Amino acid sequence: MPDYSWPPMEKRRVIGKRTSRLEGPAKASGKAKYASDQNPQGLLHAVLLTSPHAHARVKSVDITAAQKFPGVTGVRVISGPGTEVQWAGTEIAILAATSEGIARDAVALIKVDYEVLPHVVRENDLSKVGNRAKAAGEQVTGDPDEAFKGAAAISENLYSIPVITHCCLEPHGQVVAMKGDKVEYWPSTQAVSTVGGDLARGLEIPAANVHVQMDHVGGGFGGKFPADRWGVESAQLSKMSGGRPVKLFLDRETELTIAGVRPSAFANIKIGAKKDGTIVAWQSQSWASGGFGGGGMPPLPYVFTKIPNYRLNHTAVSLNAGSARAWRAPNNPQASFLTCSALDDLAAKLNMDPLDLFLKNVDLTIRPDTYRSQLNKAAEMIEWKKNWRPRGENKDGVMRRGLGIGIATWGGAGHASKARTTIHPDGSVEVELGSQDLGSGTRTVIAMVAAETLGLNIGQIKVKIGDNIYPVSGPSGGSTTVGGVSSSTRKASMNALQKLFEVAGPIIGAPPDRLEAVDGKIRMIGNPDKGMSWQQACQKLGVNTITEMGENDTKRTEGLNTGGASGIQMADVSVDIETGVVKMNKLVAVQDCGLVINPKTAESQVLGACIMSVCSALMEERIMDQQTGRVLNADMEFYKLAGIADIGDIVVHMDIAPEHDKRGVIGLGEPPAVPGVAAIANAVANAIGVRVPSVPVTPKNVLAALNGRRIA
Amino acid sequence: MSSIKDPENPKKPTTGFSRRGFMRGVGLSGGVLGTGLLEQEATAAPPTPSVSGPAAVPITLQINGKAVKTSVEPRETLLDTMRNSLDLTAAKRVCDRGTCGACTVIVSGKVMYSCTILAIDAQGKEIETLEGISAKNHPIIAAFVANDAQQCGYCTPGFVVASKGFLDKHPNPTYEDVKKGLGGNLCRCGTYMGIRQAVVDAGKQLKGGRNA
Repeated sequence: MPDYSWPPMEKRRVIGKRTSRLEGPAKASGKAKYASDQNPQGLLHAVLLTSPHAHARVKSVDITAAQKFPGVTGVRVISGPGTEVQWAGTEIAILAATSEGIARDAVALIKVDYEVLPHVVRENDLSKVGNRAKAAGEQVTGDPDEAFKGAAAISENLYSIPVITHCCLEPHGQVVAMKGDKVEYWPSTQAVSTVGGDLARGLEIPAANVHVQMDHVGGGFGGKFPADRWGVESAQLSKMSGGRPVKLFLDRETELTIAGVRPSAFANIKIGAKKDGTIVAWQSQSWASGGFGGGGMPPLPYVFTKIPNYRLNHTAVSLNAGSARAWRAPNNPQASFLTCSALDDLAAKLNMDPLDLFLKNVDLTIRPDTYRSQLNKAAEMIEWKKNWRPRGENKDGVMRRGLGIGIATWGGAGHASKARTTIHPDGSVEVELGSQDLGSGTRTVIAMVAAETLGLNIGQIKVKIGDNIYPVSGPSGGSTTVGGVSSSTRKASMNALQKLFEVAGPIIGAPPDRLEAVDGKIRMIGNPDKGMSWQQACQKLGVNTITEMGENDTKRTEGLNTGGASGIQMADVSVDIETGVVKMNKLVAVQDCGLVINPKTAESQVLGACIMSVCSALMEERIMDQQTGRVLNADMEFYKLAGIADIGDIVVHMDIAPEHDKRGVIGLGEPPAVPGVAAIANAVANAIGVRVPSVPVTPKNVLAALNGRRIA
Repeated sequence: MSSIKDPENPKKPTTGFSRRGFMRGVGLSGGVLGTGLLEQEATAAPPTPSVSGPAAVPITLQINGKAVKTSVEPRETLLDTMRNSLDLTAAKRVCDRGTCGACTVIVSGKVMYSCTILAIDAQGKEIETLEGISAKNHPIIAAFVANDAQQCGYCTPGFVVASKGFLDKHPNPTYEDVKKGLGGNLCRCGTYMGIRQAVVDAGKQLKGGRNA
């Protein structure tokens, strides 16, 4: 069996080089076709009718007028009489028509009678949610009561971080054509290899009957794994309409209402320490909601898991609101914000520099050395010692400046992935995987790994992904893609190369296991003059091709990939205490990520995650209206995202070093999306001298904190 | 806006202000949307304008230097016409109400959101889309690639067009100019750092090109 391990750092010719993403020119020139850009012949447009009520029972649905409307080709009831609707936006009916305008006119003719039932859509005040609260059991370790008695300082506070949405720019949806029991499917998905099976289950047809194709996806962030009801129903409409393809992409209001959210998290946290800052006890009473399904406890205490005495209580709150989906590092940004806020407030109680308090307690984490060095590196990048002042003391007129720290951990080992590498007699190479590129640079990484392995340049590799006819590769979730596809590609390409060595060996006059592929040549190890060009070697294949598989076995990754990434971010903000506006000066990120295949796109991942953190720290919040039971800001005017001027300066340090490199490839989607919110919230507390307990740190929340008011 | 009523269409089940429902009621030719005149004209009960629709009407659009004929319902936005009828899909439909900039095009030299323009109103104006800009190999495109100013890429076409329009008016901008000049577009993946640099770099190349 060949040695699949990564070549040593100093010998790499492609891996580790800053490489522009392969699909960059297609995207920047507008030629890249997304699922929502597909306009196949005979296309029909579907529109959903959704429930205006947050909690109701459907009494009747009358579709007769819609069915008769000229241009309508099919109408289906999704939630028939008797269905109990549990959130506004629930799909009631769907229809397809020859144009989107006709579909919208026709859907307005569907008459639905509801029995409206009482709803609960806000979880901020636990005393008002009644029987929607479900307490989980208490967890206790050590003796927290005794430990608090002995603590030199105790900080106790309530912190909260709201529900936010994915707000993918390409909404959820698909184009789908169903003829008989065969389906052509162009979804916007994070799961090319598995979403077809999901659709097939909904349609009760064999999974093999669904052909999935998707070259590009306009954002997923954890929200685009299933086929969804609108996918299944659109396929049924296609079948009703003689197999004509049907397009449905959610409009923005529906996208922000039902296509997934990140759960909220609220916590009363009490934390105690010795005089030197050593944390001795933790107690948290938390609650959360991610919609009707409730909301689990964020992993508390976060990162500092070895606090010797703690008591944890959690309550899940079921709301009549659109349900949760994975959101870039599920529950981790919330946990980081809650934990780091408590640590920062504890440092203030002790009149201690929070950097010193974090450093003092790194032994309570599972990777003390890594966090210590990352804290020191980030502090150096943001010039902590020069710029930090005690809370509220860095003043300039009405402006207050402050620094803050956030911390992250994540897994990120590779998912199950199969790759197929084919070497053709003309020297061309194809690598095929049923994977997807979310914009994270997956295509480019696959090409780089194959090129490195085969001694070619990336232009000689044709990467084929985005189609479920290719070997099965996992969904892109949990930062598992890069580890999975790089390992399977490495193995498939190495296996194919062995076969080529077997052909070329006798001609070169060297045993196959004494050959190497370097710089477009097949040559003898230690005797570079003895060899032939890649082209010549491939010509010897005659009419045959070499096709070999490679698989990332998640139980035995052979050092190619692993999990366990650490990260530290530090923020520098200025706050106007008259207006409450927070201005980002700088955010620095120190990110450990194992072996980095493409530093250029890896850095982009971290930069993007930092910017997302600015959004959720300062702006983003799904606002529910208890009166109507609906989302008040299901649009992009009032569901706020940061613009190009709002983000300050962002500096990324990738911890590329031999000691990290030897761990193999680690995923990078999630980890940098975790610590930013905590860092920014702590920087604001440092700037203005008081804690703003509720994220987002909007002007309203800043001014309330400054005035000693609490906003529910 | 509440002064606009459509007595012909009382069955509307609207749950609040709907731009689509609003446009359906408008259907005026002559282009008053987004000018601020709309409300005044509507409340002042102007003389009856010429009315198009509601059925589809033939139109001719001048897109990327070519006259293109199609037929549209008068309520249809330029964005939807481009995407659904003309297979010009570079411009994306994201917010669909003039907030995010993913549908940006250049109309008569002005950077505009194509989701806020009716296709019938865009007649007689020179429309430039990313398809036209990329056909001319504008340096902004290579600068976006070189600076990795894109991830999922769904906001990218709008940003590239907005950047091109910005550079037309502000050649050789600074980093700070770019922050102010591209505030009308939103990205979700977080590609702003690359975009800032790409626009600055492209500006330098454009200037170099002129001086060469």
